[in-house]
Amino acid sequence: MPHDDHDHPHTLLPPDPALRVKALETLLTRKGLIDPAALDVIIDTYSNRIGPQNGAHVVARAWSDPGFKAALLADADPVLADMGYYGRQGEHMMVVENTDQVHNMVVCTLCSCYPWPLLGIPPGWYKSDAYRARAVREPRKVLAEFGVTLPDGTAVRVWDSTAEVRYLVLPQRPAGTEGMTETDLQALVTRDSMIGCGMVPAP
Amino acid sequence: MGGRFGDGRVKPEPEDVKFHADWHPRALALTLACGMLGQWNLDMMRRAREGLAPTDYARFAYYEKWLAALADMLVEVGLVTCAELAGEAAAEPSPLSERRVGPEVVTTILARGGPATRDSAVTARFQPGDSVRTRHLAENTTVPGGHTRLPAYAAGRTGRIVRQHGSHVLPDSNAHGNGEAPEPLYAVAFAARDLWAHPETPLDEVMLDLWQGYLSPA
Repeated sequence: MPHDDHDHPHTLLPPDPALRVKALETLLTRKGLIDPAALDVIIDTYSNRIGPQNGAHVVARAWSDPGFKAALLADADPVLADMGYYGRQGEHMMVVENTDQVHNMVVCTLCSCYPWPLLGIPPGWYKSDAYRARAVREPRKVLAEFGVTLPDGTAVRVWDSTAEVRYLVLPQRPAGTEGMTETDLQALVTRDSMIGCGMVPAP
Repeated sequence: MGGRFGDGRVKPEPEDVKFHADWHPRALALTLACGMLGQWNLDMMRRAREGLAPTDYARFAYYEKWLAALADMLVEVGLVTCAELAGEAAAEPSPLSERRVGPEVVTTILARGGPATRDSAVTARFQPGDSVRTRHLAENTTVPGGHTRLPAYAAGRTGRIVRQHGSHVLPDSNAHGNGEAPEPLYAVAFAARDLWAHPETPLDEVMLDLWQGYLSPA
């Protein structure tokens, strides 16, 4: 039960996390600092409105329009802002392109920084100690755990998101997609491929 | 924890899984809504998460860290008292309640974001292609045990500047309420063989975003 720890007042809350949230929300609501209806809107935003479909839209357009792709790789921020993909945890974006020569992969070893406006909130594995610890040291072993094996001669470049710059991987366009519309391409793009932990499957 | 051994396999999961418990989205939303009260910055919140007792940091799941740091921060900035947290005192109305964020504005606030770029009087020292060496110790140079964004695995290593990101707020200062102290930020490439005793291949690189003060010419 709660014990006195002046450095860590959180120990005064119930240890069970579900009860902790409830206790904090109740307290802050009573103090007039929180409006529970605002929490509902935040949850709806990241559950339903902002997610990997945004990043997939960007990828599909980059595959379809060489001029767009060149602008995106050169200076992503104005291009993404034009598409409406800007906001918290996506203020400074870089898009890095996977090719036969280079495979890019994204991690945050210090916390779990992630491009929210394009991919939503990070998946559980991205926040896990195992991914944060190992992605920088043995990215190919980590990729193998996602079922990805790179060809000999492909270099791995792991981007550790140590500042406020956020990274989106532009995955390779799969064979057999010639002539597909941007909308159909968008449906193919996986979240993991935009983190660099997956390949986009052929249709 | 970058480079640490012993953490086991990464466990991929279906892409439609967003949260793993009912309280996770509530913890996320509560943290963001409290942040919108404007009483701390993101660097301070990261410092609070890292400042958890090491045993708690290791055993807490992601959103448990968020919750614990939120509670600690609420007390640190004086929004909540320890007695209120412990349920030993009735909740007093806060003088900051006029800053409470309502449902009609949260989406706008999230969409507005919080850019970290600033004008800076600090002149950029490095150009793409320059060879640089990181600080020998991955520690905050002004606050003992303070927040820094130089990972231990990249301390005292030689890398190559690949991009100048402009000037960004310096977390080492901002996390402690000591001002934003913006300075040039760079993407720096490190060969895997310069970071690890057993790199997977000689081809691979790790890229980090590092502030100018973390770097010296190599």
